[in-house]
Amino acid sequence: MATARLLGASIKRREDPRFITGKGNYTDDLKLAGMTHAVFVRSPHANAKIRKIDTSRAAKAPGVVAIFTGKDMTGVNSLPCGWLLPELKIPPHMPLATDAARYVGDPVAIVIAESQSAASDAAGMVVVDWEVLPSVTSTEKAAAKGSPQIHEVAPSNVAFNWQIGDAAATDAAFKSAAVTVKKRIVNQRLVANPMEPRACVARYDEATGDWTLWVTSQNPHVHRLLMTAFVLGIPEHKVRVIAPDVGGGFGSKIFLYNEETVCTWASRLVKRPIRWTSSRREAFQTDAHGRDHVTEAEVALSREGKFLGLRVKTTANLGAYLSTFAPAVPTYLYATLLNGVYEWGAIHAAVTGVFSNTTPVDAYRGAGRPEACYLLERMVDAAAAALKMDPADIRKKNFIPKFDNGYQTKVALMYDSGNYAAAFDKLLVMLDYKKFRTEQTAARAKGRLLGIGFSTYIEACSIAPSKVVGSLGAQAGLWESGKVQVHPTGKVSVFTGSHSHGQGHETTMAQIVADQLGISMDDIEIVHGDTGRVPFGMGTYGSRSASVGGTAILMSLNKIKEKGKKIAAHLLEANPKDMDYVNGQFVVKGSPQKAVPFGAVALTAYVPHNYPEGVEPGLEETSFYDPANFCFPFGAHACVVEVDADTGHVKILRYLAVDDVGNVINPMIVDGMVHGGIAQGVAQALWEEAVYDSDSGQLVSGSMMDYTLPKADMLPFYETDRTETPTPVNPLGVKGAGETGTIASTPAVVNAVVDALSALGVDHIDTMPLTAERVWKTVQAAKSRK
Amino acid sequence: MKKTVSMTINGAPQSHDVEPRLLLVHYIRELAGLTGTHVGCDTSQCGACTVHVNGVAVKSCTLLAMQCESAQVLTIEGLAKDGKLHPIQDAFWEKHGLQCGFCTPGMIMSAHQMLQRNPRPTEAQIRHDLEGNLCRCTGYHNIVKAIQYAAEQMAGK
Repeated sequence: MATARLLGASIKRREDPRFITGKGNYTDDLKLAGMTHAVFVRSPHANAKIRKIDTSRAAKAPGVVAIFTGKDMTGVNSLPCGWLLPELKIPPHMPLATDAARYVGDPVAIVIAESQSAASDAAGMVVVDWEVLPSVTSTEKAAAKGSPQIHEVAPSNVAFNWQIGDAAATDAAFKSAAVTVKKRIVNQRLVANPMEPRACVARYDEATGDWTLWVTSQNPHVHRLLMTAFVLGIPEHKVRVIAPDVGGGFGSKIFLYNEETVCTWASRLVKRPIRWTSSRREAFQTDAHGRDHVTEAEVALSREGKFLGLRVKTTANLGAYLSTFAPAVPTYLYATLLNGVYEWGAIHAAVTGVFSNTTPVDAYRGAGRPEACYLLERMVDAAAAALKMDPADIRKKNFIPKFDNGYQTKVALMYDSGNYAAAFDKLLVMLDYKKFRTEQTAARAKGRLLGIGFSTYIEACSIAPSKVVGSLGAQAGLWESGKVQVHPTGKVSVFTGSHSHGQGHETTMAQIVADQLGISMDDIEIVHGDTGRVPFGMGTYGSRSASVGGTAILMSLNKIKEKGKKIAAHLLEANPKDMDYVNGQFVVKGSPQKAVPFGAVALTAYVPHNYPEGVEPGLEETSFYDPANFCFPFGAHACVVEVDADTGHVKILRYLAVDDVGNVINPMIVDGMVHGGIAQGVAQALWEEAVYDSDSGQLVSGSMMDYTLPKADMLPFYETDRTETPTPVNPLGVKGAGETGTIASTPAVVNAVVDALSALGVDHIDTMPLTAERVWKTVQAAKSRK
Repeated sequence: MKKTVSMTINGAPQSHDVEPRLLLVHYIRELAGLTGTHVGCDTSQCGACTVHVNGVAVKSCTLLAMQCESAQVLTIEGLAKDGKLHPIQDAFWEKHGLQCGFCTPGMIMSAHQMLQRNPRPTEAQIRHDLEGNLCRCTGYHNIVKAIQYAAEQMAGK
């Protein structure tokens, strides 16, 4: 019997035994009788008209079962865009391109064969007659005069112009400011690269007319709804979508993609299961990319360093088509976070979304919030430099003071609770900041370039209050469901709409249930990732599983307890109002000897011979939780680097993080997510970049040989700690921990490098990643200026 | 066209007719049915497919199945003995050295070789020796801790 509080305990993960023994169940592991294999024929060109597709030779190749092109897919609609902005231009995005291909990797045909190699061979025999057109991949050039027009519906390749904040007040703030600082900031394009490539297996059952789709998805119900109702026009209830073990997502597995849609459609025609697994090269070319902003940012300051105004103009590259949630990322998930943890006089941000001949861009871990945090924290350091202030002092001067229930920002959001100075103070102590500055001065005297960078961040997660996001353009509600089924034996099955692809829900959610019911975790199973078993769900992204998914489970547990009290009161001949639930027992308040264990109540609910009037048999409850607000984790990160002026190499000496994610259910799991997030953010600062060749539109960094994913010897141990400021938004008091590391870490690293180079007069580097080459060039330019 | 290739995987004999171009990793996954060995890239960077062939850790996507005729192959499924986890498996569990689990089998097989060659590696040596294995979830922090812990546990025996 579990009696100690399980919330807050670092319990080893229950899912791990299968993963460490090779018994995980990933999509590509699935093998069905009669299964066929699919390979997609893709555009090798960034922009090209399709004159003709000749499949005749390929169709005769050994082992080929079927080949389909877009023209075969009659009655099939465009892949949908799930977030609309005013006057958003929405070009069609067909599962197989028919008229033209608009990025390298755009699929134009599917080849289905008896084996993977037969499908590959035949795909190479499909002949496409391309009329190659000029392309544009650059964010800054996409909307420029003379750039090729990518979609008829979007003149000048502009998808939207959007703004937020108070333009007049911001202009006034700049007019009255003693000092203004303006910088160009490029937030480069990234590729999510979960270690498991995307995959699907689609099966149609002729006898029942049902489909089953196994797919690498972070949100199987959303996948099903979008694919059936919007694209294929088949009844939603006839499709079961299963997302089994999924090997990481980081956002890239949220979206409805071409491949699973085409395989599902084709499985009915070939009457056999179809498996498709992405190669890594395909993953680089077709998994939705992240970031890709070019921004002009300007800060207005008082002489004393108070933040008076912030003006931001961003161009966001959306790629060739609108991916599922693309419009939301550079708007409502980005500019609404530009207030940061500071008090501002006024803020105005304008964002232009542009199409280009590149892979579609959508949410990648943090999604908009890392871009906002990077901009703000870089500008704070630039402001400090302009005023010759210490970057720690300027932050302290501008922090929003501690609050417990609500702070209205200048860009729409209402923060929940925060104590920003406390997290920063804790970080400074961990760091021994004054000592570092002394060491830095001494090192500089010897010609060594040491630097420190801060990032005092905030993010919005626990996504999201449905009414609010609905008013902003979301075409979905963002609540979550949680069903608790108590079996007659007192064992418990919990069905959550959240999906775990590394987050450890099978452990953390069981901790919530065990803690609430006072029963052993061994008696609890967490079921997720299957539309055939879970009532409905919105899935996992935006650090929402514990706060939104967990709260839905908690609500069902409360209902279970309330019903259990009625049953127990009847058995004890007591008043239900006098019942309490303590350590797995229903007890009469004040009479602890009068008690009924949870298991006895469960059995009674299913064998209701001695049972209260008017109470239904059975013990099973479902809840849908729609949060009243976002949650706002925050914290302070610091990075200490040494730059080798001769090579440009940046060495991370220390990385420190103090995060406040509200209450913590499992510290070990939270720390693990923070570590991984930091690594991804550091990698953006120093190494990762999706590079397109500007002439050909080819993705140059299109494999793991060319795109620098961080390795173990490029990263240090991270020094992590926490403050805990519970959110008032949900009863668990949890905010969300999945993205903090990625959001916070990038500016800490870049600020550290700039601080190191400040000895040479450098106050900004406008483009990431800070590769050795870029840093070396910056050093050389700075030296030649001196 | 097809050739018969026989080998021993985790102590069990395997014999399958294969196309000469078939990679060892697909022999293991598709023909032997052992799906714990994963494919994460096309270019031998990620190491998710790491297995032992005749006692040497190799990326099974870099070998043809035909090169492994009569070989002794050890995969992640063969590491636990009599239902008891190998100390490295236990260490990854204990130290939270995995999240999504996809890179984990390759990490464990690499770590296994690493500790055979150097039973008490330093942090720097562990990080260097993991250069052939990519993880996107953990930032490597707890993987390094797990290997340090495994080394301690194995030395204590």
